[in-house]
Amino acid sequence: MAEKPHMKERITASLAELGEIGSFIGTITSNFLTHGVNLQELSRQCYRIGNKSLPLISITGFILGLVLTLQSGPTLAKFGAESMLPGMVALSIIREIGPVIVALIVAGKVGSGIGAELASMRVTEQLDAMEVSGTNPIGFVVNTRVLAVSLMLPLLVLYADALSILGSFISAHAAYSISFEAFIHKAFDVIHFSDLIPTVLKTFLFGYAIGIIGSYKGYFAKRGTEGVGEAANSAVVISSISIFVIDLLAVQLTHLIL
Amino acid sequence: MSMAHPEHNRVVLQVKDLKKSFGNFHILKGANLELGARENIVILGHSGTGKSVLFKCIVRLIEPDAGDIRVLGKDMLGLKGDALRDLRIRIGYVFQGGALYDSMSVRQNLEFPLKYTYRTDPAASELNDLVEEALINVGLIESIDKMPSELSGGMMKRIGLARTLILKPDILLYDEPTTGLDPVTSGDISELILKVQEEYQTASLIISHDIKCIEITANQVRVLKEGTFEAGGTLEEMKHHEDPFVNSFFK
Repeated sequence: MAEKPHMKERITASLAELGEIGSFIGTITSNFLTHGVNLQELSRQCYRIGNKSLPLISITGFILGLVLTLQSGPTLAKFGAESMLPGMVALSIIREIGPVIVALIVAGKVGSGIGAELASMRVTEQLDAMEVSGTNPIGFVVNTRVLAVSLMLPLLVLYADALSILGSFISAHAAYSISFEAFIHKAFDVIHFSDLIPTVLKTFLFGYAIGIIGSYKGYFAKRGTEGVGEAANSAVVISSISIFVIDLLAVQLTHLIL
Repeated sequence: MSMAHPEHNRVVLQVKDLKKSFGNFHILKGANLELGARENIVILGHSGTGKSVLFKCIVRLIEPDAGDIRVLGKDMLGLKGDALRDLRIRIGYVFQGGALYDSMSVRQNLEFPLKYTYRTDPAASELNDLVEEALINVGLIESIDKMPSELSGGMMKRIGLARTLILKPDILLYDEPTTGLDPVTSGDISELILKVQEEYQTASLIISHDIKCIEITANQVRVLKEGTFEAGGTLEEMKHHEDPFVNSFFK
């Protein structure tokens, strides 16, 4: 019985935070529509985000394809369906595993980075300094980062997908002596251009969520060094949950439309 | 102590009955203050009495619950959008730690308000001249290409002041400008506050507990106690004030 009020408080706090995030989205959208975005800062953030994530995404993407092929190959072989391996791996990577895994990596690396950076700017009064000197930090600091993650994530996902398929080919070639031509032919037999559109749209939304949540947590961080750690940590946790929720909704929507 | 100036009678900043609470904690309970042109007022008060909250209310980083703030004759609390921005930049806020943008060099820190406040693109030569002028005025031209992480605490405060001065404000708010500095650097910063006042003809509110800084900079001293201004006068008057709370700051 003692747990009830505690749980109720937590639910109320979560709903209130959700409302605050909604209001934050409204503020940044209105700022974007009124003032646009600083292109120089946007390109700097795109470079930082893409460059920062590239090595980790490369390694993870490559290993993902390799492992997925090693794991599913023997099962397909039992049914004499090795020829379906390239198509199955490519489809699952492009439609689901690639976007979600890359988004989770970016949430961990970039989302926490945005949260910590903005929280540190809040703690050291840099955001206040911008505001009093007549520069809106929402436009310069937040919008550029949100847009940069939203734009870079689909590109990182497509890059990771390509490396995963390469990893998958190496694994399939080693285990089943499948030639590169045969692998690509089989893989692209089942992939259509329409598979890429939902993926790109979905990853744009993943990126948007990572950018918004990281920025929100950092922008409204509590004062003190503890606030910086908390902002980084909760940015990752909430972004990761959001990725799965968006994924679920996107899959349902894709089934309805296509 | 700096001398009274004939222009002091022209009020540039007026705070009337300002109130601010955080939950049940009433931090400002009706603060009143007037700052004359080219006047330096030092604000004294124990920690948590609302000195920084007062500053943040003046520039609208925090919205007060009640009261009135008039800056250069305009109602600060009634402004929005570009009108608020235009009045805000007439007030320079010098933060305690300098609040330098740590991802930018000193030059970029100073260029930032010029480039982004009005969203204009000033000519590179004009930009360079303004940045160099501000840095020369705070005696740190040699640090122009350094990063904030390469600067000492005193240098960061000076650069923070230079970044504020670049927008040529009429009023300066100094939040503990000498806190955490050695006595020599602290004296230098206090002298710099006076020099800036002379060159830029600014009026200043200074939060400080540093007696040397108060002696060098203050025309007037105001003591904030429990959310209201308890006493005010010249430094000498405050030193001999009958209220033990007031003269405790000078012992």
